[in-house]
Amino acid sequence: MSEVKERAERSKDKKAALGSDLDLQAFSRQGGEWEYDPDYQSFSPEERQHLLRAGIELTDLEHAGTFLQADRGVVHCKASQPGLEVLPITEAMNRYGWLSEHLWRLVAVDADKYTARTELALDNGYFIRALAGAQVPRPVETCLYLRTDGFAQHVHNVVIVEPGASLHIITGCTTHPQVRSGLHIGVSEFYVRAGGQLTFTMIHNWAEDIHVRPRTGVLVEEGGRYLSNYLLLRPVKTVQMYPTVRLVGPEAMARLHSVLVAHPGTELDVGGRVILEAPHTRAEVIARTLSMGGACMSRGHLLGLVPQVKAHLECRGLILSPQGLIYAVPELEGRVAGVELSHEAAVGKIAAEEVEYLMARGLDEEEAVSTIVRGFLSVKIEGLPPALEEEVGKTIRETGKGL
Amino acid sequence: MLAIEDLWVSIDGQEILKGVNLRIPAGETHVLFGKNGSGKSTLLMTLMGFPRYIVRQGSIRLKGQDITHLPTYERARLGLGLAFQRPPTIRGVRTRDLLAACAGGRSYQYLVDLYEFAPFLEREVNYGFSGGEMKRSELLQLLVQDPAMLLLDEPESGVDLENLQVVGEIINRLLQKDRRRSHREKSGLIITHTGFILDYLDADSGYIMLEGKIPCQGNPREILQHLKKFGYEECARCMR
Repeated sequence: MSEVKERAERSKDKKAALGSDLDLQAFSRQGGEWEYDPDYQSFSPEERQHLLRAGIELTDLEHAGTFLQADRGVVHCKASQPGLEVLPITEAMNRYGWLSEHLWRLVAVDADKYTARTELALDNGYFIRALAGAQVPRPVETCLYLRTDGFAQHVHNVVIVEPGASLHIITGCTTHPQVRSGLHIGVSEFYVRAGGQLTFTMIHNWAEDIHVRPRTGVLVEEGGRYLSNYLLLRPVKTVQMYPTVRLVGPEAMARLHSVLVAHPGTELDVGGRVILEAPHTRAEVIARTLSMGGACMSRGHLLGLVPQVKAHLECRGLILSPQGLIYAVPELEGRVAGVELSHEAAVGKIAAEEVEYLMARGLDEEEAVSTIVRGFLSVKIEGLPPALEEEVGKTIRETGKGL
Repeated sequence: MLAIEDLWVSIDGQEILKGVNLRIPAGETHVLFGKNGSGKSTLLMTLMGFPRYIVRQGSIRLKGQDITHLPTYERARLGLGLAFQRPPTIRGVRTRDLLAACAGGRSYQYLVDLYEFAPFLEREVNYGFSGGEMKRSELLQLLVQDPAMLLLDEPESGVDLENLQVVGEIINRLLQKDRRRSHREKSGLIITHTGFILDYLDADSGYIMLEGKIPCQGNPREILQHLKKFGYEECARCMR
């Protein structure tokens, strides 16, 4: 048994440091095999509409590449542009011996039972690589899809943006319209080489009894840029994630934006950590959290290890229900002189004076409140396809209604 | 246009306005002077119908209609417009969206161009605005909203001289000062502590508010001269 497997074996019952604990035996590992579908013929109109809500358009036309995994089966995988590679991770591991050096390097295999389980019972995942200098203007679309009720999906993803390359991945994670419960574990390791740029937009559109445990590590080299957008607007049972970004080369930059809505019954423990390890690195972590009755831990941690680094953390939360809970935990940690770290955190309800101000302009109370909520949630995500942008806008408008 | 009769108002159980009477005919601009805490802003907030301001007695009529107990947005839709002294910041809501809400489908781009406001449209409402920018934003919203009765709360406060000129221009436009007096339809009630704004516009009548009452009415420039010479203390003595 390899050392990695041994470590995984030893950690298969290890509780995660954060978030509520799950009994992995409560989820099914039966079935979940789906045929490869080159023309997306196996998707009903209902499924297509549901997928669109998570940003997934079932077409190859507007994407530089696509990857769609339902439960454990890769049902679609294609790269449509020179300089771009999209493969199932299992195939990439067979094809490239060097890939093993990139697995479990940014996320520890023995971090908790979820990482261990991914190593011990891997379903699949994506491998995406933008070759050196490749500019990929259209987004690569990936979808991790729970199609069987009660299923536990285990994926391991690796993205490599080689020097000077540029890539935008839009990943939609969702369930079949009939699926109510399940577990998604997604381990992701992203490498942004010198001068490269990775924009990673993740849209979660789960069902009310789904548990989600992403485990993400990102490495950004000299002059590289990592831009992350995370949208969670619809109900889910629990999500616990705390991606860590390491800025290891001078002038590397990371920006993590997340917009979270905690519906009644939802429990979120979401945040981001950026470690500034090289001079002139910069980071911005911004979270907007809205509780409509659910609970949300909103975390952020900036760690400056060398002088001449600058980073800002912003956690803002709105509670719109008497049962809502938002717990903001902003952490700044400087280990040397010369770091410049700042944070701004605010949790509260909608200010009456803001509502009154808009009412003085002729909006009734409901319109005023929904305008404020829409504004609070609105984020401009560069490079979103129009259909997706419209869908995100629609979801945000719906969220603001009837409050 | 606006008729206030025997208005008594309290905030958090404390009586602030004590029997205010005021009539502003269509086309006229009236100015309300008063020192801080005299009840000037309370009067404007009450006219706009904010819930904290409880009307104990009296009535407010706009264009003949009793609006004393109407919600704020209905007053706005009936033609009442307020420029706030210190408007709130609304994070995430773009100024462009607020102007669109004020416009109700009408075109307003020419006003944005005229007052060089385009750079502010994508910014969040009042976020990081200077005092002058905030006032320009407030007045532009009113221009777009096009109310018949304007309420301006200390329009000169926090504004530098250069911006005060523009603020004065916009107020004159709002109050149709370019028309002959008999052709004006818009009315205004302007609150001022210093009276500086009178250097930029003509007003038809002036009042002094003291301890929640309006004991004096007269020519606004004469009142201002008097206040500059004797201050509000003299008014208080006169009232006693």
